[in-house]
Amino acid sequence: MSRQPNRRTLLLGATAAAGTAMLGGCDRLGEAEWFRRTLKTGEDANLFVQRLFLTERTLAPEFAEADISPWFKPNGTEDPPDKAYKALARGKFAKYRLEIGGLVEAPFKLSLAELRRLPARTQITRHDCVEGWSAIGKWTGVPLAELLTRAKLKPEARFVVFHCADTMDQDDDDDTTADEDDAPAGNANPAMTKQSGGGEDRRDSGGQQASGAASADGPASVRYYESIDLVDAFHPQTILAYEMNGKDLPVANGAPLRLRVERNLGYKQAKYVMRIEVVEGFADIGDGKGGYWEDQGYAWYAGI
Amino acid sequence: MSRTYLVRSASDTAEIERRRWMFRHPVVIRLTHWVNALCLLVLLMSGLQIFNAHPALYWGKVSTFDTPLLAMTSTEDDPPKGVTTVLGHTFETTGYLGSSPGADGEPADRGFPSWLTLPSDQDLTGGRSWHFFFAWAFVLNGLAYLLYGLLSGQLRFRVIPSGDQIRHFGASIWEHLTLRFPQGDEAKRYNVIQKLTYLVVLFVLLPMQVLAGLAMSPAMDAAFPFLLTLFDGRQSARTVHFVVAGLLVLFVLIHVALVVLSGFWNNMRGMLTGWFVIERKVEPAADGTGGAA
Repeated sequence: MSRQPNRRTLLLGATAAAGTAMLGGCDRLGEAEWFRRTLKTGEDANLFVQRLFLTERTLAPEFAEADISPWFKPNGTEDPPDKAYKALARGKFAKYRLEIGGLVEAPFKLSLAELRRLPARTQITRHDCVEGWSAIGKWTGVPLAELLTRAKLKPEARFVVFHCADTMDQDDDDDTTADEDDAPAGNANPAMTKQSGGGEDRRDSGGQQASGAASADGPASVRYYESIDLVDAFHPQTILAYEMNGKDLPVANGAPLRLRVERNLGYKQAKYVMRIEVVEGFADIGDGKGGYWEDQGYAWYAGI
Repeated sequence: MSRTYLVRSASDTAEIERRRWMFRHPVVIRLTHWVNALCLLVLLMSGLQIFNAHPALYWGKVSTFDTPLLAMTSTEDDPPKGVTTVLGHTFETTGYLGSSPGADGEPADRGFPSWLTLPSDQDLTGGRSWHFFFAWAFVLNGLAYLLYGLLSGQLRFRVIPSGDQIRHFGASIWEHLTLRFPQGDEAKRYNVIQKLTYLVVLFVLLPMQVLAGLAMSPAMDAAFPFLLTLFDGRQSARTVHFVVAGLLVLFVLIHVALVVLSGFWNNMRGMLTGWFVIERKVEPAADGTGGAA
């Protein structure tokens, strides 16, 4: 500023200052609870309007063998650090038992071999990560509807929750770091963090198998979980996949069993599924938003 | 009070000027214009935030990670360099693309810099919330504009070139290039280039932008598979969405530049209060009034 600022410099300066102030204002606005809730109505509208266009039978596009991505990018957890999971993996998942419980008349457990004997569906579908990239893979697995029908839902059943084996370590995983940075760390709510410990305890008491898988990682550890409603749960393309591209599901992609709930983004496709719990609501699971990423602020409905 | 100002400036000597007030922009047009401006700004900045979650573009159904059309990355150097690759050509873009200072001033790995994204920090879910809310606002606002424009006849008046305008297309381009703006009766209507530009923005770029956005939704792809046919796959749709956003930025830059050059206060008053001043200059016109009918 040694020489007289001309009009253009002044104008540019003023514009930059106004821009910065506006940006800061927007950031503060975005952190205000009332405004955050207002913005979220956009995502509520997504669910409402998209469901108007989708029938229970509307299938996600399926692709040809030639379209299969040569490399199916694994994301999130690629190798669960949990001891119980590692033990299962070492034994080639022979001791794995999928547990189905909650609001069902007939809870049961199934080994991988038993799952493979049930009716199966194979589909070549596109996986869309919330980050923006896509990959196409071929999945073979049991339709979730098959399992839910066998378990007989109680009348109050509304959602299906998938409890996974992988503890989410915020510092360890290269690939998830990007996502986790994306999570609104600035507004992380300590009260919520405490709650997830409570959720963990509740989950451990949920069943023998879950306690087994939950190992002794300490009460603060949070495992991946997801939830879908019955519309998606009974959709013909919603399967629990044990094969990818004609081979056993690799650990990086969610062995031994992962959810494929097509018509939804990647974070809904829970990997390392250990236990399926049918519930009336998910307010008392985790931080109450219906999933690990939902608890970090992501929309529960992931159709867009 | 603006009238006083006008009387004063109308006392120029060499030209005999007549100023006429024209009520140019009805309230619905003005309202939807500013709502639209706000929506486009928020959609752009929150869109760049979403883009930053995976700052690379591809063509086709899926991401071909080894051969992106465009990618913004950072190097392992200390401090890291920002590198942008476009169609195989690599540029160093440190400070702007690939690597730029984060909130703490330290270099951060990010596609677009924080002053261009909303929220400014890396926050995908925050960006998505802004984007979807303002996408709905944009669509509803746009539909209100179109409905009003069609019923009132404003749309036809504003964007459909008349026969004489099309016949004088060449002259109009020349006027534009030499920054000579129409006066008198000719200033009452948009010129042919303006009309065609608005026509393309309204009925090509903006609808394409919405459709490309919808084509990225796995649920919409199930409901409307033609979206994928239209764009040759989801990743192409994402690329089209990005490119069209760039074209809209270009449109806005030219639009604002011309607003400034053709009489900033008159234009602003027009879009804020509706009232616009038409100047009639009586002077020997060589080729400048060629477009006047």
